[in-house]
Amino acid sequence: MIISVASGKGGTGKTLVATSLALSLKDLYNIQLLDCDVEEPNDHIFMKPDITRSEAVSIPVPKVDEKKCTHCGKCAEVCAYHAIAVMGEYVLTFPELCHGCGACSYLCPEKAITETPHEIGVIETGDARGVAFGHGKLSIGQAMAPPVIRKVKGLIDKDNVVIIDSSPGTSCPVVEAIKDSDFCLLVTEPTPFGLNDLMLAVETVRQLGIPYGIVLNRAGVGDGKTEEYCHKENIPILQTIPLDTNIASFYSRGVPLVEGMPEYKKSFVELYEKIGETVNERSAHPQR
Amino acid sequence: MKEVLILSGKGGTGKTSIVGSFAAIAKNKVMADCDVDAADLHLLLSPSIKETNEFRSGQVAVIDKDKCIECDLCQNICRFDAIHDYTVDPVSCEGCGFCSRICPVEAITMNECKAGDWFISDTKHGPLVHARLGIAQENSGKLVALVRQQAKDLAEKSGLDYIISDGPPGIGCPVISSLSGVSLALIVTEPTLSGIHDMERVLGVCKHFGVPAMVCINKYDLNDKNTIAIHDYCKENEIDVAAMIPFDNAVTEAMVKGVSVVEHSDGRVAREIKSLWQHIAQKLQG
Repeated sequence: MIISVASGKGGTGKTLVATSLALSLKDLYNIQLLDCDVEEPNDHIFMKPDITRSEAVSIPVPKVDEKKCTHCGKCAEVCAYHAIAVMGEYVLTFPELCHGCGACSYLCPEKAITETPHEIGVIETGDARGVAFGHGKLSIGQAMAPPVIRKVKGLIDKDNVVIIDSSPGTSCPVVEAIKDSDFCLLVTEPTPFGLNDLMLAVETVRQLGIPYGIVLNRAGVGDGKTEEYCHKENIPILQTIPLDTNIASFYSRGVPLVEGMPEYKKSFVELYEKIGETVNERSAHPQR
Repeated sequence: MKEVLILSGKGGTGKTSIVGSFAAIAKNKVMADCDVDAADLHLLLSPSIKETNEFRSGQVAVIDKDKCIECDLCQNICRFDAIHDYTVDPVSCEGCGFCSRICPVEAITMNECKAGDWFISDTKHGPLVHARLGIAQENSGKLVALVRQQAKDLAEKSGLDYIISDGPPGIGCPVISSLSGVSLALIVTEPTLSGIHDMERVLGVCKHFGVPAMVCINKYDLNDKNTIAIHDYCKENEIDVAAMIPFDNAVTEAMVKGVSVVEHSDGRVAREIKSLWQHIAQKLQG
């Protein structure tokens, strides 16, 4: 079972939910927690993993053999990302724009282009309090998160309960992180910004065809419009976490909610059970 | 003309609430919302849209089943694992066009997609350039660049002094696109370990691209120890801590009313944000 955690708006509590869900279930199941917010990964702050393996993530970028190159311009013509340009007698490559599609090297009529790895980040794995932990880190100054996310997702062991934390927003890094999951938890707060971005996140998971439900965090702040929206759209609110300065205080110090306030463990176990029911029901009636 | 960009690394630290207030305080400026995949600034500025434009960008491969001879070449060369059973998954396709170029029977075409919309609006605080990236679309960096260019054109045409941009969270593609060549980046952080970690990464990106940065600590009274740690870090790295904004429910109350916090109240938060803008304006003139 793969459960992803997304939100639309940032700072609504994805990390809190992902880490506490993992810690609440670890005595019941084999848990794998994968932080796919590779731009700003935070789960490690709470899980304090003992990192035992680290692997660079690279994408293949073109390397031009000037001796073979005839400056015909074919490579620049086929590159959809403007990552290679021919200026008179020079060929310039821009590795930070390259997606590593391989078109230029394959299509070069002189076979003057080979591919060389360009490092864009790293993935790290290790044990964290009985949870199999993995995350990716995009290098500073690099633009492309999806290849790092794909590498983190390569760690998925389907025999585990896999929890995937994603970045905020609704664009390609989020889609890359949550696609192929069995269920997506959307964490929101009942404020106008939270609701606006929740509606975008709902559109995203609907488009991807992933079953989903809501965790309403900081309940009590803002207004009642988020609950109205969920009710009207028939979206289940699976868990409600109140606005509480104690929760904020534990969060600020990097203490997982269920360690600071163990009484919450039960509600995360129940959250998992509700997710399980939805997923099982769906696999029994796949047309739904 | 000077361009100020508000960033944070971590989401939800208060970027948009601060930018909304700057909109109410600053004179002679255009606002730009560079958080194109979860834009919220419009919720504080109630824009009336004057101009809507399609953002067409990127392509997606489509296989003509009648022409396809099932040779598997496209499936083998696709680096994005986007082709299965001679069908392209548009979500995985990155639009490189490699498959369409090598298909021996020319069965694959590249179709341009509509990837969103961008708008020029009027607000009570002046013009706003904003956008909406289509759901699950790529090329957010390109749309950000477009929003910035439109804001710049508008500022030049009308002789405005400032572009004030609300940035996206993170450190990747849309952040880099927002950041290149701006006059100043204001990093809004909060005194949590996550906030500090993410601030350090986004400051690293500013440094990497040679953009001067200053820091604002929002909800500074949430955790004194972490607020001191932020000060220490900034001192060590010669970064100005330009403001310390206390936690106050007035910020959420203002959001619920659909106005900026400086219009909603005259409390400590409003006063601190006003003095923050004065500080930024001085810095930009100096």
